[in-house]
Amino acid sequence: MLELALHILDIVENSVRAGATLVRILIRENRAKDLFLMRITDNGSGMTPEERQRALDPFYTTKKVRRVGLGLPMLSDAADRTGGKMTLRSKPGTGTVVEAAFGLSHIDRQPMGNIVSTLITIIVGNPGIDLLYRHEVDGRSYLLDTKEIKKELEDVPLNHPEVTGFLREHIAEGLSDIGAAA
Amino acid sequence: MTKLKIEDLKKIKEKVHSQTALREGGQRAKVTVHMGTCGIASGAREVLNALMRVIEETGVSDVNITTSGCMGLCSREPLVTVELLGKEPIKYEKMDEMKMRQVFKRHVMEGEIQTPFVLAKGAEIVR
Repeated sequence: MLELALHILDIVENSVRAGATLVRILIRENRAKDLFLMRITDNGSGMTPEERQRALDPFYTTKKVRRVGLGLPMLSDAADRTGGKMTLRSKPGTGTVVEAAFGLSHIDRQPMGNIVSTLITIIVGNPGIDLLYRHEVDGRSYLLDTKEIKKELEDVPLNHPEVTGFLREHIAEGLSDIGAAA
Repeated sequence: MTKLKIEDLKKIKEKVHSQTALREGGQRAKVTVHMGTCGIASGAREVLNALMRVIEETGVSDVNITTSGCMGLCSREPLVTVELLGKEPIKYEKMDEMKMRQVFKRHVMEGEIQTPFVLAKGAEIVR
């Protein structure tokens, strides 16, 4: 993974496999504290304490087709490299919270990358899931709430090409307005 | 903070409504982009976005796009499955943006399987 946006997509895919119907993504950039925080919260099936401990083992996975599970270990490693860390909170039946803190200006912090592309991918692949994306930069914020958009669109699906084209522009504009980091 | 332009969504809704009124019938094809960790790391997100963009450009509305997980062939990622209505699914391996555009234009739209990129025919068995 070369971008934080790809990690985000990967973690959200975990949420999807865990049967989540609501995924919340929070990005918080704080220049004063030199902190880049990402938190992904889902209401999926969750993990038992034992599963949660093993989740950071690259040779632990719930997949049946392969014996490796690299998503969370790679994110954890990416955070460690910048003097930050990743924490996992989870409860069976309630959901999972993945939080990763990075040193914002650390030379080894991966770039944010193409978050627009990540969000469009999540929406197109999983139109049934409610997605809440919040991006904060030193107090300014951008919010994307697919539930609100769905209400407005009524019977037009969220993954309709007309809608994705609109969302692509909307997200890019919103993030440039708050001065989101690369 | 940018305001969500509600009027824009209303406009889209009306436009889509007027288009779908003209076209009756089901989906032409289903395209699945495999979006496991292996797929994501090797470029599946760009492949899906290239597909979305070509669909936005051509205005095709009867193709269903979806994502799925790792199917165990991580070394062949990014993988894309194209299933035309009533036909056997075709799996394409090592996809990129240009190959995706080609597969969309030739296979999805014209039914011409792009054999140089094909990995296999048929659905995978999920155990």
